[in-house]
Amino acid sequence: MSQKIKDASIPTIPVKARFSRWFGRNLLRIYMIFGFTYLFIPVAYTFVFSFNDSGKSNLIWKGFTLSNWQNPCGAPEVCNALGNSIKIGLLATIFSTILGTMIAFAIGRYKFKGRSSSNLLIFLPMATPEIVLGASLLSLFLVFKINPGFWPTVVAHVVFCISFVVVTVKARIASLDPRLEQAAMDLYANELETFRRVTLPLVAPGIAGAALLAFSLSFDDFIITNFNSGTLITFPKFVYVSAARGIPAQANVIGSAMFFLALAIVIASQLAKRKKTR
Amino acid sequence: MSFPKVRVPYLLLLPGFAFLFTFFILPIINLAQTSTQTPVAGGDTGEYEQTLAFGNYIQAFVENKEQFGRSFLYASLATIFALAIAYPLAYAIAFKSGKFKNILLVLVVAPFFTSFLLRTIAWKQILGEEGFVVPGLRSLNIIGEQTTLTSTSIAVVAGMTYNFLPFMTLPLYASLERIDPRTIEAAGDLYANGITAFRRVTVPLSLPGVVAGTLLTFIPAAGDYVNAAILGSPNTKMIGNVIESRYFKIVDYPTAAALSFTLMAAILILVTLYIRKAGTEELV
Amino acid sequence: MSKDPITARGDLRLTRITKSYGDFTAVDDLTLTIPKGSFFALLGPSGCGKTTTLRMVAGLEEPTVGSIHLGDTDITTTRPYQRPINTVFQNYALFPHLTIFENIAFGLRRRGIKDVKEQVDKVLNLVELPHLAERKPTQLSGGQQQRIALARAIVNRPALLLLDEPLGALDLKLRRQMQIELKWIQREVGLTFVHVTHDQEEAMTMADTIAVMNEGKIEQMGSPADLYDDPETAFVANFLGQSNLIKGKIDGNDGDNLVVDLYGQKISMPKKRSHAVDNSLYAGIRPEKFRISRLGTAVRGNTLTGGHIEDVSYIGVSTQYVVAMPWGQEVMVFEQNDDGVAPFDKGDEVNISWEPNFTFGLRGDEDVDAGTEVNPEELEEE
Repeated sequence: MSQKIKDASIPTIPVKARFSRWFGRNLLRIYMIFGFTYLFIPVAYTFVFSFNDSGKSNLIWKGFTLSNWQNPCGAPEVCNALGNSIKIGLLATIFSTILGTMIAFAIGRYKFKGRSSSNLLIFLPMATPEIVLGASLLSLFLVFKINPGFWPTVVAHVVFCISFVVVTVKARIASLDPRLEQAAMDLYANELETFRRVTLPLVAPGIAGAALLAFSLSFDDFIITNFNSGTLITFPKFVYVSAARGIPAQANVIGSAMFFLALAIVIASQLAKRKKTR
Repeated sequence: MSFPKVRVPYLLLLPGFAFLFTFFILPIINLAQTSTQTPVAGGDTGEYEQTLAFGNYIQAFVENKEQFGRSFLYASLATIFALAIAYPLAYAIAFKSGKFKNILLVLVVAPFFTSFLLRTIAWKQILGEEGFVVPGLRSLNIIGEQTTLTSTSIAVVAGMTYNFLPFMTLPLYASLERIDPRTIEAAGDLYANGITAFRRVTVPLSLPGVVAGTLLTFIPAAGDYVNAAILGSPNTKMIGNVIESRYFKIVDYPTAAALSFTLMAAILILVTLYIRKAGTEELV
Repeated sequence: MSKDPITARGDLRLTRITKSYGDFTAVDDLTLTIPKGSFFALLGPSGCGKTTTLRMVAGLEEPTVGSIHLGDTDITTTRPYQRPINTVFQNYALFPHLTIFENIAFGLRRRGIKDVKEQVDKVLNLVELPHLAERKPTQLSGGQQQRIALARAIVNRPALLLLDEPLGALDLKLRRQMQIELKWIQREVGLTFVHVTHDQEEAMTMADTIAVMNEGKIEQMGSPADLYDDPETAFVANFLGQSNLIKGKIDGNDGDNLVVDLYGQKISMPKKRSHAVDNSLYAGIRPEKFRISRLGTAVRGNTLTGGHIEDVSYIGVSTQYVVAMPWGQEVMVFEQNDDGVAPFDKGDEVNISWEPNFTFGLRGDEDVDAGTEVNPEELEEE
């Protein structure tokens, strides 16, 4: 190649044209770097300040320490709140994934009377601001003299997670080639076997994605939780309440750990997918 | 399966819809009922009776029209800014990232996993008096001694823009990624320069993503009160802050319910008009 | 260069074009002139560089080195929208959000042409689909989309029309019909067509000139008949139709002919049809040029004896035989079913013979399987 380029008889392209083309091509890439920097500044800040030897209020940098990571339960209530959030998140994920997947199959696989109003019922919770969802549920619980707390919070989370599960799983079902199911039936599988051996394995990644989404929505929710949890403290609630007097650095440890854990899960699943397709 | 086939979809829907009916529809109906109640004469705090007091709505609206206006203004601004920031980002990921596409997509969602409250508070501290930005700008005389970056409406809008950015980026990416790059090449081949090809082909084809992204940003932004509470001041209160304090501090359930109902109705009307206008009905 | 490239007209000249992606060289030092008004085909298997060449002409890729001229205008770095060149894209790339009318009007509107409606109607009539003007692309069949893609390009009266596997997505019957229509439209509008395809039959039916590409280089260029009758390389011999290549040695001269020794049997062939560089050579004979005769029958021309019929397939217009030769090679013979001669049976001892003038000679160091691994028919099914 290189000796060919030096050959004087080959016409070459002017440098100016090349440069403007390079800039045009890379402008968006440069923008992308700025965009991601913007997205990650607070994440990085949270991570850095998880190493702050801060004492009570984690506002000013006072020196590097690993003790926050070695003892994440050091600050009172942090781990208790985290435990509550995880418990609520898991329960809300299980219920909303089961209910939502069933609805997604009904809407995505069957034509029936009332299908479009079903779609509307799924859309409505997503079009309702969280504060209205939270406030209306609280009103209902108060009418029936149910005290806000753990289970009301789980119920509230299932309400807003269902729609997201339905939308995610439905998209996966829609991308499925219906001929695969027909082929299974052609090869002597009855409806139930077809569902178990062909449909479900193919939709499974969509269901897994929906479950992950439901968990992260539930885990990170503050507004609806705040209305329905009463005296129960979840992790976001703990952060919000302690914001006024300074958040302990242990909260940063947990926030950062969650970030890396979720990132690891997503990357691992991507790698597994790549391995499978190869 | 032994039961008739027609019943299958209904059986699948039954548990989910029973749940949604009990914990979504019923509460909304109950909310409507609460909104027209008045305090029981001589009763305790928080005791109300149904008197069909529709005047609650007028009173609630008149008393809080400023906060209503602010909610819709802030949410609109945050939506516009998020669209402006997210569109080139989604475009770059969809068309310019090559084999890094999946990794970049994960990175867009990744900040989600650090609690959004922690990130919002991080912004507050970065931009606050003890952060490094304000002293830096002051020493360079870019802002005066009195000027602050937090506790302003700009900070609230910026916080909302930041927090809802992934909601905007993902649907935009999804619809941009679906565009056959050859249609954009075809536009170039048919005498459209870069800008024209973008305006005439890329933008119209990405419209479903724009509609979905703006809705996913606008709806939660209009009902949000966390950004205003953390990054704002009493002068930047949004309707969400009012509803929250009516419930928890003043225990004025009817007014809170009337405000919630008005907010929901206003959003639903706006969303319906918007979808009509954009001409895309297959959103969800 | 001062001239606006959009007004350029004339022959298309590619001069020493190379296009590399990292270590991979897609197009390797290619020089090519396509005369104005011709129907030119770039033929080759997938990955041979033909599509990259087309994209460089369209302006969608830029050559690493080399230049592209249209007439005397250098268009090497000109943006696609500044070139008087239009493309019929593979899978058509119709704008899904625009009606058929607006799809076709797209280029006219960008150039600020006045009588858009008149011109679009005219071209819709040319492709015989005026009733579809208000439809959206997704409502059209594959054949209709193809014609709209063609209409969208030719309505601009470009100096050069590029066709990127335009018929690949159509079924066989429709493809034959579109081939004839394309050829007719080319004569009608008098443009230069450059057609990229991996389908040798399509290229032979439509093009005046075919350039066969392999691994970034042009193997051979010429009229369909030239390429078929006198291929210069094993790749061309195998990629265009089928060939029997028999290893031999040049044994001497006989006027304008060469005497060639094929495993001990002497044949002759015209000197000018030999592309050998030394004494070793492959003698190439197309299967339909062979005649089969029973042992002891007198035949004209070159004869090879000692074969026996290995396999017989009757396919209507002809019968295809596989004949095993004494040196172990199996040769393919196509016989027309028109002479009333009783067909041969499996196991029959036969001679094969042919006109010496039908022989072509390839270099003795050629890879006899070049061009056979890629079966064009298989690719089409994708």
